[in-house]
Amino acid sequence: MATEVLMPALSPTMEEGTLAKWLVKEGDSVKSGQILAEIETDKATMEFEAVDDGIIGKLLIAEGTAGVKVNTPIAVLVEDGETVDDTAPATKPATVAATVAAAAPVAAQAAAPAPVAAKGWPHADLPEGPTKTMTVREALREAMAEEMRRDPSVFLMGEEVGEYQGAYKISQGLLDEFGAKRVVDTPITEHGFAGIAVGASWGGLRPIVEFMTFNFAMQAIDHIINSAAKTLYMSGGQMGSPMVFRGPNGAAARVGAQHSQDYAAWYSAIPGLKVCMPYSAADAKGLLKTAIRDPNPVIFLENEILYGRSFEVPTDPDFTIPLGKASILRDGDDVTIVSFSIGLTYALQAAEILAKDGISAEVVNLRTLRPIDYDTVLASVMKTNRCVTVEEGFPVGSIGDHLASTIMQRAFDYLDAPVVTCTGKDVPMPYAANLEKLALTTTADVVAAVKSVCYR
Amino acid sequence: MVARKPADRPNASKEDLLKYYREMLLIRRFEEKAGQLYGMGLIGGFCHLYIGQEAVVVGLEAAAKDGDKRITSYRDHGHMLACGMDPKGVMAELTGRIGGYSKGKGGSMHMFSKDRHFYGGHGIVGAQVPLGAGLAFADKYLGNDNVTFTYFGDGAANQGQVYETYNMAELWNLPVVFVIENNQYAMGTSMKRSTKSPSMWERGAAYGIKGEAVDGMDVLAVKAAGEKAVATCRAGDGPYILEMMTYRYRGHSMSDPAKYRTREEVDKMRSEKDAIDHVRDLLLQGGLASDDDLKAIDKDIKARVNEAAEFAKDSPEPPLADLWTDIYA
Ligand SMILES: Cc1ncc(C[n+]2csc(CCOP(=O)(O)OP(=O)(O)O)c2C)c(N)n1
Ligand SMILES: [Mg+2]
Repeated sequence: MATEVLMPALSPTMEEGTLAKWLVKEGDSVKSGQILAEIETDKATMEFEAVDDGIIGKLLIAEGTAGVKVNTPIAVLVEDGETVDDTAPATKPATVAATVAAAAPVAAQAAAPAPVAAKGWPHADLPEGPTKTMTVREALREAMAEEMRRDPSVFLMGEEVGEYQGAYKISQGLLDEFGAKRVVDTPITEHGFAGIAVGASWGGLRPIVEFMTFNFAMQAIDHIINSAAKTLYMSGGQMGSPMVFRGPNGAAARVGAQHSQDYAAWYSAIPGLKVCMPYSAADAKGLLKTAIRDPNPVIFLENEILYGRSFEVPTDPDFTIPLGKASILRDGDDVTIVSFSIGLTYALQAAEILAKDGISAEVVNLRTLRPIDYDTVLASVMKTNRCVTVEEGFPVGSIGDHLASTIMQRAFDYLDAPVVTCTGKDVPMPYAANLEKLALTTTADVVAAVKSVCYR
Repeated sequence: MVARKPADRPNASKEDLLKYYREMLLIRRFEEKAGQLYGMGLIGGFCHLYIGQEAVVVGLEAAAKDGDKRITSYRDHGHMLACGMDPKGVMAELTGRIGGYSKGKGGSMHMFSKDRHFYGGHGIVGAQVPLGAGLAFADKYLGNDNVTFTYFGDGAANQGQVYETYNMAELWNLPVVFVIENNQYAMGTSMKRSTKSPSMWERGAAYGIKGEAVDGMDVLAVKAAGEKAVATCRAGDGPYILEMMTYRYRGHSMSDPAKYRTREEVDKMRSEKDAIDHVRDLLLQGGLASDDDLKAIDKDIKARVNEAAEFAKDSPEPPLADLWTDIYA
C-alpha cells in the first residue's frame, strides 16, 4: 500500500520549514534510514531519512519550496509494482501528528455587543521613521554586532557561540567578523565562566555572557547575584560589573521540567541587577544595545519561541530603548493588560477577541522588569480602573503579584475590581503534550480574567 | 587502552556473545525507531540518541549484579534498556503517554525506575555525578555491597561539581564507578576544543582515584574493565574511573545537523569500530552462530521494537488531573 511521507518535525519548535533539496527522484527505491531530503528548520539544515522501505512514487513538493508546514505530505512511497495513480485516493498518511500548535481558542460569543476598534496597534510603540522587517533572532545579532563594532571592550562568551554559530543561531557570523578573541567558546562550565566574565568586567571589559538557556544559569547564579549584582554596593561605589547575561528563558516546547522555567521574577527580586525581557524584534534590538552600554549587570531574558517571529525595527542606527520604560502596544479604555515577552502573544490575542466582544483593552509591554515602569502601568490603570497581568512564570511571588500589590498601594481608589494575575500553573513543567498546554497560561485564560474583572 | 581480541579467539562464551548481540541490537533498533517517531511528531522536545555507544552500557551491565544502581544524563535510552527496563514503557515515555515510566510527565530526558535501580535521566550537564556518589554514600552507610555506575559525558567532565565529587568520593571511599562516556563531542565542541588534558580519566589521579581508558566500542573490553572496577569498589577500595572511548553516530540531539565533523569521520567509525558488527564477526567467524541465527535475532528484535512503538502510540495521554499530582509526597 502507498504511504505518504510527511514533512518532519526536526526541532522542538519547528512549525514549518524549507524543502531545500531532494536526494532521491521518482522511481528510486529507498531503504528505511536512507536520506531522502535536506530540510531547513528554524535553526539549521537537517537530513531527513526514510521511515519505510519502498519506491518513490511521487515527489509532491518541489525542492526549494519554503514554508512547508510540518506534517504536509511531501512525497508518496509505493511498493514494488504499484504506481501512485493505482493508489492515489487510498493513500493513507504514514503519520499522525501528535501535536499541532493549536490556534488560539476564540471565546464563545453570545449576544454580541458592538465591537470596538483597535487604536494604534500593532506598532504603536515605535518612533517615527523608516523601519525594516526582521526576526527577533536577527535583531539580537545585529544589536551585538553593532555594539561590538562600536566598543572594542565588548566581547561575547558562552557555549557554542563561535564555531557552532550559536545553539540557537543568535551569534551566527559573529566569529567570522570579530574573531576568536572576542567570540569565545567555553567548555560546559557555567559557574566558572560566569565568574570569569564578572572578573573581566571588573578588569575593564564589557562581557556579554550567553547562557545556552537560562536553565543552566542556575549553576552560575551565585556569581550573577553574589559577585555581579552586589559588588558596586559592597565596594562603596568604587567598582561595578558592566555586563550582560543573556539567553533564552522560559518554556520552549516539550523539553520537560528541567528545561522549561521562567526566571523573570527570580532575577527581578535582586537589587543591583537590571532585567530586560523583550517581546518584539524592536524591543530586542533597542534594549540589548542599551543593556550592553549600561554600567550595571543586566539580565536579558529572551524567548526561544519568539526568536523566529518577525517585526518592524527602526533602521535608524542610533535606535535604542531606555531601560525602565514600558510601552503601550494597544490603546484601550476598559481594562489594562500588563505583560512582557511571550505573555504579550496571549495578551494581544485576547485584546483582539475582547474587542469583538465590546471590551476595549489597553496592552502594556513592560520591556524592562527591573527597574519597572510603575508610572506607565499606574497611569493606564487609573484610566481603565481594571488590571490583568500575564506571564509564564510560577504564580507565587510573580511579577503580577508585585504589580498587584503596587497598584493596590498606589491606585486603590481607582480600582473597580481586584487585579487578576494570569501565570503558569504551580507545577513543574510536564512533558506530555496535553499537560504542557495546561501548565502554561493561554489566551483563553486572559480572556476569562478580563471578563471577570469587567464583571461580564 | 585494551586492544581488540582477534575474531577467531573470542574471550567469551557463545551464550554471552549472543546476549550482548541481542542487547546492543535492541538499543540500536529502538533508537532508530525513536528517531523516526520524532520526525513524525510523535516524540517532541529534545531527543538524544545513543546509537554507536551501545557496547558501553551492555558491557558494564554484564559486570553488574542485582542491587547495583545506575544514573546518567539525558542520553539515557540505552542505559534503561540495558538494565532491563521494558522498551514499551521507555517508548511510551518518549511519546508522553500514561504507559511511560514517568506517566508521560518526564519525557526522553527524565525517566526513572526504582525497581531496576535506574535513577534517571538528568537534563543538567554534570548534575548526575554528585547524585551518583550520593547513591553510593547511602549504600556504604547502609552497609551493603552495591555499586553505583555514574555515567557522564566528555563535556560534563569539565563541570566543577565533578571534581568536588571526586574529592569526596575518594576521601570517603565511596563504591561508585565513574563512567566517562567519551564520545569525543559535547554538542558541537570536540574534546580538544574544550580541554588541554590529553585524557579525562587521568584527572582522577589528582584526587587519588584509580582508573583507566577502555575501548568503549568493544563490549568484551568494557565488561573486563567493568569487572575490575566493580571488584575494587566492592572491596571497599572505591571509587574507580572508567573512560570509555566511544562515538555517537547521530547528531547531539534530533535537531543537531552535526556539521562540526565530516561524514567520512562518522563512516570510518561505523565501518571499522562498530560494536555490533564486532560481536557479529566474533559469532560468525568463531562458528558460534550462523547467518540464519542472526537473522532470526534481528527479526525478533525488530518485532519487539515495533511492539514498543505501537504501545507508545496507543497508550493514552495522561489524564488532565495528573498535572497536579506528584508535586509533593
Ligand atoms: C549545565 C548545562 N549546560 C549546558 C547544557 C546544554 N547541553 C546539553 S548536552 C550538552 C553537551 C554535553 O556533552 P557531553 O557531556 O559530552 O555528553 P554527550 O551529549 O556527548 O553524551 C550541552 C552543552 C545543559 N544541559 N546543562
Ligand atoms: Mg560527549
